[in-house]
Amino acid sequence: MSKNKTSVSRRGFLRNAVKGSAAAAAAACTTVVAAPPEANALVRPPKPLPPDAVGLLYDSTLCIGCKACVTACKEVNHMPPDVGPAQQGWNAGGGDKPIYDSPVELSAKTLNVIKAYSHGTGATKDAAENGFAFIKRQCLHCADPSCVSVCPVSAMTKDAKTGIVNHDPSACIGCRYCVLSCPFGVPKYDYNDAFGEIKKCQLCKQQLAKNELPGCADVCPTGATLFGRTEDLKAEARRRTALKVGEHTHYPRGDIAGKVGGPRSGHEKLVEAAYQTHIYGEKELGGTQCLAVSAVPFDKLNLPTNVPENGYPTLSEGIQHTLYAGMIAPATVFAGLAYLAHRNTKNHTDE
Amino acid sequence: MSSQAHEHHGHEHQALGGRVLTLPFLICAALVAVAGVILFQRYTQGLAAASNLNDGYPWGIWVAIDVVIGSAFGCAGYVIALLCYILNRGEYHPLVRPAVLASLFGYGLAGLAVLVDLGRYWNFYHMMLPWYAQPNSVMLEVGLCVATYTLVLVVEFAPAFLERFGIEGLRAKLNRVLWVFIALGVLLPTMHQSSLGTMMVIVGHKLSPLWQSQMLPVFFLLTAILMGFAIVVWESVMASLNFRRPMETPVLSKLAGLMLVVASLFVVLRFVDLIVRGQIGQIFGGPQSGWFVAEMALMISGLVLLIPKANRNRSRALFLSASLLLAAGILYRLNVYLIGFTPAVGPWHYFPSVKEIMVTVGVFALEIALYLLFVKKLPVMHAVHPEHG
Repeated sequence: MSKNKTSVSRRGFLRNAVKGSAAAAAAACTTVVAAPPEANALVRPPKPLPPDAVGLLYDSTLCIGCKACVTACKEVNHMPPDVGPAQQGWNAGGGDKPIYDSPVELSAKTLNVIKAYSHGTGATKDAAENGFAFIKRQCLHCADPSCVSVCPVSAMTKDAKTGIVNHDPSACIGCRYCVLSCPFGVPKYDYNDAFGEIKKCQLCKQQLAKNELPGCADVCPTGATLFGRTEDLKAEARRRTALKVGEHTHYPRGDIAGKVGGPRSGHEKLVEAAYQTHIYGEKELGGTQCLAVSAVPFDKLNLPTNVPENGYPTLSEGIQHTLYAGMIAPATVFAGLAYLAHRNTKNHTDE
Repeated sequence: MSSQAHEHHGHEHQALGGRVLTLPFLICAALVAVAGVILFQRYTQGLAAASNLNDGYPWGIWVAIDVVIGSAFGCAGYVIALLCYILNRGEYHPLVRPAVLASLFGYGLAGLAVLVDLGRYWNFYHMMLPWYAQPNSVMLEVGLCVATYTLVLVVEFAPAFLERFGIEGLRAKLNRVLWVFIALGVLLPTMHQSSLGTMMVIVGHKLSPLWQSQMLPVFFLLTAILMGFAIVVWESVMASLNFRRPMETPVLSKLAGLMLVVASLFVVLRFVDLIVRGQIGQIFGGPQSGWFVAEMALMISGLVLLIPKANRNRSRALFLSASLLLAAGILYRLNVYLIGFTPAVGPWHYFPSVKEIMVTVGVFALEIALYLLFVKKLPVMHAVHPEHG
């Protein structure tokens, strides 16, 4: 009889415990969600750019769409041609592999691509209405990269000095979490290869090691793609976006500091289209080392706008490291579970 | 009857026996063979030869269904161990072995599916090597947790194996330390099932605000528990019908009460989350709102069915409700991993290819075939006593 009583009260206790903890969990969840972003205890601080981080400044108003950068990128990085279905018809029948490189998007074969925006009659360069504009796509080398944060095997790494985001295929397991997580849609995998690799721009680190320019910045005839320290490029971007239409100004080529790849002459030009004040990559998701300026709004150029100023890893790593800080919470839970399991299995003689 | 665990001593388990090569088993085996042929293409020609995976949708149904949903199917062992050994509810004891077995296959095959999906599968062991470890990666935590948990499930299921082959000495030794594995068997799913939700936090704006939330780990844990309960009920009713065993309705009706609590908590938190994030308007005609409505309709109809207490004792109502809640959990997870996802720089399209679907079907067919084989050959099911019938 007394045993029965104990059992009832224990059941009651358990029931209340379950109800109580469910209510507590619900309250805690609500608090977490309700907290404003700046006061959100789950968010870890954003990562700053390394002081000597390098990158590219792309100026859409200077780009003439010659795609010399696309070709140079392929040569310097030994990448194969990427032939779209529409380009295959006229020469694919000859038995030889088609050789006309015509990428329309970043892929496992194309680390750098020039894309075009067009509207209406497409008559005016750098006009959103009845105009056209170019945009260069390649890895932006984030200050706080999602691809590095998600990689389970350290195949994606960020160089502590240059800030270049590198990929090591020998470590990679091919999970494609980097492809999924990149907010700019950059890393790509080769689905047509039984031993496919993740591919992305690594800012021609092999060229930089030889004090040579990244392929794209090296061949750009107008200085639309300019190499340099990100801080210098940021200052140059601010200078350009402050220019007025009709102003006469100087545009450098190659390396903005004139060191990597040797000094080169710039050129003088009138500003023909009004720059947007928005410098793409200055603030997006914690900032990126590669920046872009344009006369056409960046959402028209198919770049993600309206994104937070902190990288997404600030939240996902924050959640994870709060729950698993020092493994204290899992260890405590394990101790509790082990105690209960030990006590309760004593009663279960058969297993 | 008291619910004290010690009064349920001496539960015997029995192998169900019977023919192995039944029609369902052969159909499953044929489906596995079809998947095998497709996988040959996948491994010799690349992922595109067998799937519609692309750089906009690098994760398709092999991740969303085989791993994310498949592992939730595998949560039966988790919830039953939690009830039986941690909350000391001995009345759930007959459900332990079938649940652990279902979990073992759910997780084991989720692991197998990962090897199908990994683009550089020959490097998969890098996940286990500390010098490759990247502690910020939610996937590393999930991967290690799932791998460890699969081993824990093997140990948890080992008594059935040892019993079958009469290795009593080892079985007695194992029983003395089983509590360690039971504790791990509850801790690890709590960790990785919630982390499966955290994994999608980093995709940020690419996941519709109907699903993107820092509450994702909470919702994934809740759906894991809910789907664990639902699969136990579902499996129990199916086993009773197909193997002509008496219904385990009294135990199942208690589980139904728990399902009701978890499903209600999920629905309430889901709406609180949407309101607090200021995204509640999205449910009225925002993009993908139809999928949200479908998910909620399944969840709410499943739980409403359980509100009348009488229904919790009706095996048909139980089965229908468990099916609805299971479908709701499946759809929630599919929404988060696939349907609510829009690639960063588009346009991209994804719908699984026939071959891709057949691989997923093959994985689940293998699970069913192995389950049928095991319950017939090993003492998994609770022995039926006259007083139960």
